[in-house]
Formats: sequence, structure tokens, C-alpha cells
Amino acid sequence: MSAGTAGTGTGAAGTGAAGTGTGTMSTGDRRDEAATTGSRGTRLLGLGVLVGVVALILLGFFAAPADDEQRDAVRMIFVHVPSAFLTYTALLTTAVGSVMWLWKRSRWWDIVAHSAAEMGVIFCGLTLFTGSVWGRPTWNTYWDWGDVRLVTTLILLLMMVGYLALRAAGGDENAVATRAAVVGLLAAVNLPIINRSVEWWANRTLHQKSSLTDGNLEDLTLFTLFVGIVVWALFFVWAMVHRFRIGWLEHQLASVELEAALVQRRAEASAGSAEEASL
Amino acid sequence: MSIVVLRDAVVLLGRFPALSGVDLEIGAAEVVLLQGPNGAGKSTLLRLCAGLLRPHSGTSVVLGHDLSKSRAVVRRSVGLLGHDTALYDDLTVTENLQFLARAARIELEEVGSALDRLGVAARLHDVVVGRLSAGQRRRVALAGVALRRPELWLLDEPHAGLDQGGRDLVDGLVSEAAAGGATVLVASHELDRTLALKTRRVTVAGGTITADVVDACAVDTDSVDTDSADTDSVDTDSVDTDVVDACAVDTDVVDACAVDTDSADTDSVEADVTGVAGGRGS
Amino acid sequence: MLADVWLVTDKDLRIEWRSRVTLSQVVPFALTVLVLFGFALDANRGVLNAATSGLFWLTVLFVTVVAVARSTAIETADGARRALLLAGIEPAAVFFGKTLAVALQLLGVEILMVGGVLVFYGTTVESLPLLLATCAVATVGIAASGTLLGALVAGVRARETVLPILLLPLLAPVLIAASRAFDDALGVLAVDGWAWLGLLGGFGVVNAALGTLAYGRLLEEA
Repeated sequence: MSAGTAGTGTGAAGTGAAGTGTGTMSTGDRRDEAATTGSRGTRLLGLGVLVGVVALILLGFFAAPADDEQRDAVRMIFVHVPSAFLTYTALLTTAVGSVMWLWKRSRWWDIVAHSAAEMGVIFCGLTLFTGSVWGRPTWNTYWDWGDVRLVTTLILLLMMVGYLALRAAGGDENAVATRAAVVGLLAAVNLPIINRSVEWWANRTLHQKSSLTDGNLEDLTLFTLFVGIVVWALFFVWAMVHRFRIGWLEHQLASVELEAALVQRRAEASAGSAEEASL
Repeated sequence: MSIVVLRDAVVLLGRFPALSGVDLEIGAAEVVLLQGPNGAGKSTLLRLCAGLLRPHSGTSVVLGHDLSKSRAVVRRSVGLLGHDTALYDDLTVTENLQFLARAARIELEEVGSALDRLGVAARLHDVVVGRLSAGQRRRVALAGVALRRPELWLLDEPHAGLDQGGRDLVDGLVSEAAAGGATVLVASHELDRTLALKTRRVTVAGGTITADVVDACAVDTDSVDTDSADTDSVDTDSVDTDVVDACAVDTDVVDACAVDTDSADTDSVEADVTGVAGGRGS
Repeated sequence: MLADVWLVTDKDLRIEWRSRVTLSQVVPFALTVLVLFGFALDANRGVLNAATSGLFWLTVLFVTVVAVARSTAIETADGARRALLLAGIEPAAVFFGKTLAVALQLLGVEILMVGGVLVFYGTTVESLPLLLATCAVATVGIAASGTLLGALVAGVRARETVLPILLLPLLAPVLIAASRAFDDALGVLAVDGWAWLGLLGGFGVVNAALGTLAYGRLLEEA
């Protein structure tokens, strides 16, 4: 199951990158070098991710043993834990990007914040999905309101979806960036409060205290988990770079369009004065 | 000292370059008439000077402050009359102006005199702005601008929707502001009206400046203005005649001026100046 | 600074008093929602009683969306936002002024709603101080984050829909905390309501601080 998700995930993203590469090329002028989101570095990285995914499938499905209590469901942590970790990495990145936009007015950071938020929503959804699928055989329920981390993550997902909705609502680029940055910061600073409130509210937690430290896991399972974190993190970086470059290309395209728009606008002026002269 | 200095200023509204590179320098106490077709960028230029828009590129300095950095300081020292009146519908005329006065740390007594000067009848003072007619609303908005005694007046179609008396009051207000050392930018389509107070005409088209003419009669009006400021209000009437005469003489020399003067009837010019006198008297 | 805060609050409350939107629309809306919850959960007093705190605060959240939308509309009509910018009031003062105005209106609605709950749900109050303190502290946090998001969506075309999807998840901890504190105050659950109050206070402080920093940028750019 986990390998299936991982495999299709990378596959789809791989074709996605190729697609966007040609997509930007076809938008007009042949600015070959700039008009692709791929580079030697990202291709190498992508190759590394592919190899890693294969290794993770082998390790996760065949090498790592089933758990005494959780049985095969324990394999879900090879996706669940890394995606939870990356969800919060993404949120942190969005928060940093938001601060940098508000502080330095840096478009680069604004695009970083936006890209990270999109990645965050994907991994957040993956975290919740794997969490509830894992919960079904283990706790006999898909969703348990007593699980503080899952409930917190759900609220986070709702806020990040709001963030993307706000971005999608459009408007002046600078205004959108500023609005989104404030929402990104709101989500980040309120997260501890949300977590605390859910924790008190649930009063007890069903969640595995910490899969990494309580020593219940077999050595090989632990090793596979770390491989999982590394592979997923590499995938995160790879996808993030591509997503960022799309944003950056859009930004450059906007600059090119602006030049054209300026020329057109100034032409209005000379047309107007010619008209005036002929009168 | 230059009040407004724009060098290749570009302003984007969304992705649309509303100003596509404006070069404009305006000195203290100048009265500048902005003209140009709809969508030329006149309103955007005024809003830029008001510190409401962030310039995309170029240099934009107003009242000595760089607009890409310190717009808030600029906003405190300018008065902008836009297409919308920026008044709260559910507050009365007095409440609206008192809000502006308190925010700008201006004595509340001045609210009454500002309203009087714009000819807003006392019976309207306690009426909710939402119930006023468009013209009355505009007068109240103008009173709000006058109340602040801005260093830079930015008036977007100030005559629109006003009756004859109101238009005269606007002209009077502008002349008076200029006489008091303030700088005035007026965007207007009504050339016949603004002729009376012109000193300099700047034509905007395609988001840039296409013509910048200092009218010969403007110079005269200027000098007469200073005269009338010195003269007692009793004598003002006689000076008025001089203004018209001076202009008429110029008319022969400057063609552009002649066209405008034709459409502006002498009566209204006189009325304008009377408006000035009246404004001063009160 | 304080004078400016009051200047803005006074203005917003005056406008509210003239237009009576809160009084004539928001209050009936809140009471209607409470009554409808009564129908939805049947006349079964047991369920209704246990759910009272949650329903109360959920209704407050709905009311908040309406109140914030109204508070934002005041500044977006006829270029009033521009007036606010040109008036030269510190953005932080505008933020606190509008927050205070929203908070006072919400408090008024909440007091009427407490009356409604007492009548319709047959609730009894065990600790009035805790009840009032919860209303006060929760409302400040709600108003602060609501005012901030109100300015944020002011320039968005689809602001009627964007506001709730941003505001409601953000207020989730307030719903949790204020409901539990109410549970204690109404004697429904044996929990430490005052501890929850601390959490509500934290929420208020964090969001008011962010609002103070960000409001100016939003006012100018949104």
C-alpha cells in the first residue's frame, strides 16, 4: 500500500515535470534555457528519489517484519511519519517565506511560501489518509477525536486549504502575497494553541507516544523508517524545486508581459497626441 | 523646493501599467491642470501623489518623501478628492468631518467654518451623509479636504456634479489654497471651468505625460492673484477686470488659450474671482 | 494612540447605532440559530443540555462571521478605506479600535444569547463570574482575529466566502476552549474552566499581536 502510493506519487510528479517543461516552452518565445523547470541537478535528484523509492518498497514490504500487535499495518508508518514530518516542515517553510515577503518584499520568498503551502496540503492530506487507514485495523476506527496530533493536523489542513483558496481568489500580485503571508503566519503561530486546546480537550491521547523512541519497533523497521524519511524528504525537495521554478517562470513571464504592456500603454499616448494634432 | 518629483514613474494596477513612465516636476504654490481622455491615468497619478499607491519603478518623491518607502507621512499632508467621496454614509455631515478633524488633530471649531466655506447649509449639518444629494456630498467631501489644510491638494474632477455656485466655490478654494502657498493638482475635463484658475496644463495620455504647457495668461493670473491678495477686498472687483483684460491681450498671442477663452464666458470668470473674494471674506 | 483607538471604536459603534444591523439582523439571526438547534436535537433535554456550551459558541462563531463582514463593509463602501489611510490614524489604532467595536457588539449579542439559552434550553448557571469572564476573554480573541481577517479579505472579490473558510478553522481552539469553560460555568462537566480561560487569553494575545504588526500592511495593500 505504502509503496503503491509512493510509486504512483513519483511517477505522476515525474510526468508532471516533463509536462510543465513543454508547457512553458509552448507559451511563446524560445527561451530554451529558462523555459524548463528541470536541470541537471534536479534530474540527478529525481533519479536518486526513484532509486530510493525502489529501496523503500523492498525494505518496507519485504525486509521489514510485521509488528506483533499492529501486524502489516505497521508498514503504514513508512509513509505516515515522513509525511507528518514534511507537513510541518512545509508549514515552517511557508511561515519563513511569509516573514521574508512581509519584511524584505522578496518575490523569491513569496513563491517559496506558496510552493511549500501546496506541498504542505499534499503531505497533510497524506498524513491524515494514512493515519486513518492505519487506525482502522489498529483502533478499529477510521477517525478518533481523541488523537490529538491527527485532530490538530486536520485543523491545520483546513487552514492551509484556506490559504490556497485565498491565493486562488486572485487580485493584485502584491496584495495576494501580503494577504497569503499573513494567513501563513496566523496558521503557524496558532498551531501551538490549537495543539494545546485539542490535547486538553481529548484529555488523553490514543496516538502512539512516539514511534521512534519507545523501543517497541524492530531495528530493521526503525531503519526502514529512517530510509522512508530520507526518501520522502528528497522527493519533497525535488517536487518543491519544480514547483518553485514554475512559480518563478510565471513571475518572469509577468515581467516580460509587463514590458509589452508598457510599450502598448505608451503607444496609446502617441496615438492620442497624433489624434489631437490632426484635429 | 519641488513638491512633486516624478522620474519615469511606473504604477501598476494589478498587471496593468496605469502609469507607464511619468516625468513631472511641480513646484510649491503651483496650480496644475491635468487633462486627457478617460483612462489616461489622471486619477492614478493623483492617487500616486496622495501616497495611496506603491510605485513599481522609477523615482517618485512627494513633499520630500520617497513614495516607495514612506507613504504614510505623505498621506498626512495631502488632501485628495476622488471620484468617490470617502465619507461614511451612516454618519452625519458634522460627525464625518469631526472624525477627520480628530484624526488629524485639528480643532473641532474648524469643522463649522469649513462647511460654511463650501456653502453647506446649517440645516444639513446633522443629516446623515447617505441622504445627501450627489452635489451636497461632494461639497462635504471638499470641506473635508479644506479642513485638513493640506500642503498638496489633489482634486479629481472637482466640478463634477456641482451646481454653478459649487463650481465657483471650488475655483475660489483652489485659488485661495495656491495663494496660501499650497500646491494644487486638478484633473478635469471641463476646460472652460478650469481655465479661470490654470497656471500650467499637463496633458496625460497612455499613462504618460504628452504635453506640458505653461499658459501665458496663467502667468498674468498669478501676478494678479498676488495683487488681489494684497489688495483690500473692496478693491478686488476692479482688479477682476484687469484679469480679464490681461487674458484677452494674451489671447491674441497664444492660440491654445484663445480656444479655451472662447468657450469660457466672461461672466463666469468674474464670478470665479468673486468667489475667491467671498471665500476670503468668510 | 488611545484617543485614536476610541475615535475608531466610537465611529464604528455610531454607524452601528444608526444602521442597527446588529440589533435588527444579527441578534434575531443568533436567536434563530439557537432555536433551530433546539429543533435539530429534539426536545430531548438531556442531549440539548450536554451540548449547550458547544451550540452557544458555535452560534457565536457564525455571528462573528456576520459581524466582521459588516465591520469590513463599513470601510470598503465608497472609498472609506482610503479615507482611513489619508486620515493619518496609526494602523494599530485602527486595528484595536475596530476590534473593540466588534468585541462590544459581540458581547451584547452573547448576553442576549445567554438569556435565550436560559429560557429555551432550561440551562442553569453555576458560576456567573466564570461565565462572564469566558465571554469577555474569548470575545477579545475572536474580535481581534476576525478584524485582522476582515481587513485581509477586504480587497478579495469573493470575500463573503473566503472569510469563513479562513476564520472558522482559526477559531477552532476558541470553540473548544470557550465551550469547556462554559461547561464548567454551567455545571455540565467537571472541568477546570479557569485553566481554559488561560488558553483563551493566550489566543487573544497572540492574534492581537500579529494583528498589530500586520494590519497596516493589509490596510495599505489589500
